[in-house]
Amino acid sequence: MVRQGNAMTVTGQRPTVEGVTGAVQLKSVSKVFGRGRSAIRALDQISLEVPPGEFTCLIGASGCGKSTLLNLVAELEQPTSGEVSVSGRVALMFQEPALFPWLTAAGNVELAFKARGAGRAERRERTAELLDTVNLAGFGGKRPHELSGGMRQRAALARALAQEADVLLMDEPFGALDAMTRDLLHDELDRVCAGRQLTIIFVTHNVREAVRLGDRVVVLSSRPGRVIDEFAVPIEHPRRIDSAPVAELAGRITDRLREEMSHGAR
Amino acid sequence: MAPGERRSVPAYAERLAWLEAQEAQTPPEQRGRRLAVRGWAALWPKVLAIAIVLAIWQLIHVSGWKKLIFPAPGATLADLWDQLHTGLLWRAIGITSERAVIGFALAVVIGAVIGALVSGIAPLRAAVGSLITGLQTMPSIAWFPFAIILFGISTTTILFVIVLGAAPSIANGLIAGVDYTPPLLLRAGKMMGLRRLSLYRYLILPASLPAFVAGLKQGWAFSWRSLVAGELLVIIANQPSLGALLSTDQDQADMQGATSIIIVILILGIIVDMLFGVADRAIRRRWGLTGTA
Repeated sequence: MVRQGNAMTVTGQRPTVEGVTGAVQLKSVSKVFGRGRSAIRALDQISLEVPPGEFTCLIGASGCGKSTLLNLVAELEQPTSGEVSVSGRVALMFQEPALFPWLTAAGNVELAFKARGAGRAERRERTAELLDTVNLAGFGGKRPHELSGGMRQRAALARALAQEADVLLMDEPFGALDAMTRDLLHDELDRVCAGRQLTIIFVTHNVREAVRLGDRVVVLSSRPGRVIDEFAVPIEHPRRIDSAPVAELAGRITDRLREEMSHGAR
Repeated sequence: MAPGERRSVPAYAERLAWLEAQEAQTPPEQRGRRLAVRGWAALWPKVLAIAIVLAIWQLIHVSGWKKLIFPAPGATLADLWDQLHTGLLWRAIGITSERAVIGFALAVVIGAVIGALVSGIAPLRAAVGSLITGLQTMPSIAWFPFAIILFGISTTTILFVIVLGAAPSIANGLIAGVDYTPPLLLRAGKMMGLRRLSLYRYLILPASLPAFVAGLKQGWAFSWRSLVAGELLVIIANQPSLGALLSTDQDQADMQGATSIIIVILILGIIVDMLFGVADRAIRRRWGLTGTA
């Protein structure tokens, strides 16, 4: 489906592009908030292509419009100009788990199936499967506030997976977690991805996390956000965040980011 | 090789998962004992407060102020005890409660419908949003002349004023709940594919439940006030109500009787308010909004 910033958007059924699902394409997309003098240009002529099944990490200093970019792909916002095309369904995971507090962990996951129109028996079964996948079997009956931060985020991951999306957008999903829990969730995310054909766009400001997880790291500049560089990550899985190759590449990316920031400061 | 170095990543991950699970488990509690302790902790301040009120009351009586008409607490409670053994007081309690239930139920339905419409339709909100808040501050007793002219001396008049008193609070509670649905949850719901009706049913309505219950609680207070005021003004033959009994006691200058009825009205109001308190706390516990969850 192709959306254009200047045209009226037709919401509804999303057509898949020629049998390819999970591809995301941005063509010179700009996003301006507000008008006139107080207008803020969040994204400037961003072009980005994510092939199906790729794990892309977006990295940049705060205020580089990373979250805006995800909102555009998720269709929560419309671009001011340019084109966003997505083939397939999109799910979005936030920095906060955003679980519904009145439902149990299982209830939250089940609601995603319900929204897709799945029958009761199917919902139950697949919810149990997903909770098992994210290592929450036995915690389905707990309410969000009874779970630890890491468990909540795993429940949110299960809920995102329940949306049976082709594209999973993750907006700093592990940013609020401690390093150990984050490490554990990296392993789990690897495991979950291995069994699925999922395109992932993962936003983070943690360079090592990006290298630990991504097939590719795209570096954005700060306000307005532009793509300034990108790095392929040719490191074999399983990776460890403290391994030498990860640290080496993360170091190079950090240098690039520093360089960009010093440009911005001038 | 040192044992620490041999530790593989999966084992470490399992250990962390186990630790997290331990953290999330609530510690076993000695339920029975805790309940008794909690019950006593909630009870003794109330008992003490009642004792202090009775003591002050007795002191005023002993001091001799308006000695002829100011009743002694002992005599009043004895009068209340006697009245509880007559059918009249129970019939009055029955009729008043029935009016309260019907009036409040009508107010809930009407308030909820108005709240849902106003929160969902922007022009309607612009038109009547502030009117609802205005109605909320209107003393409901002011409606009685209007209602009596319209419906005469009838139960309808009383119910009409109860609804006018309570429905605005209930509508406002629902509107506030809808307005304060966290935007993050709304985004999550929309991403899950919840639209229009399903968005309301599975997200906005449950999210607005705490504010709605607060509105119900306030609505109840208004309807109880309207009801008792109404029963004092609108006395219907052969329908003894708490208000009617109070009015009769006034006519007969029966201070003990009047005080007894006031105590009954107070207790009934407190009991229902406590029920709302229980519902409110249950929701907060469920949502994890209390410190003791």
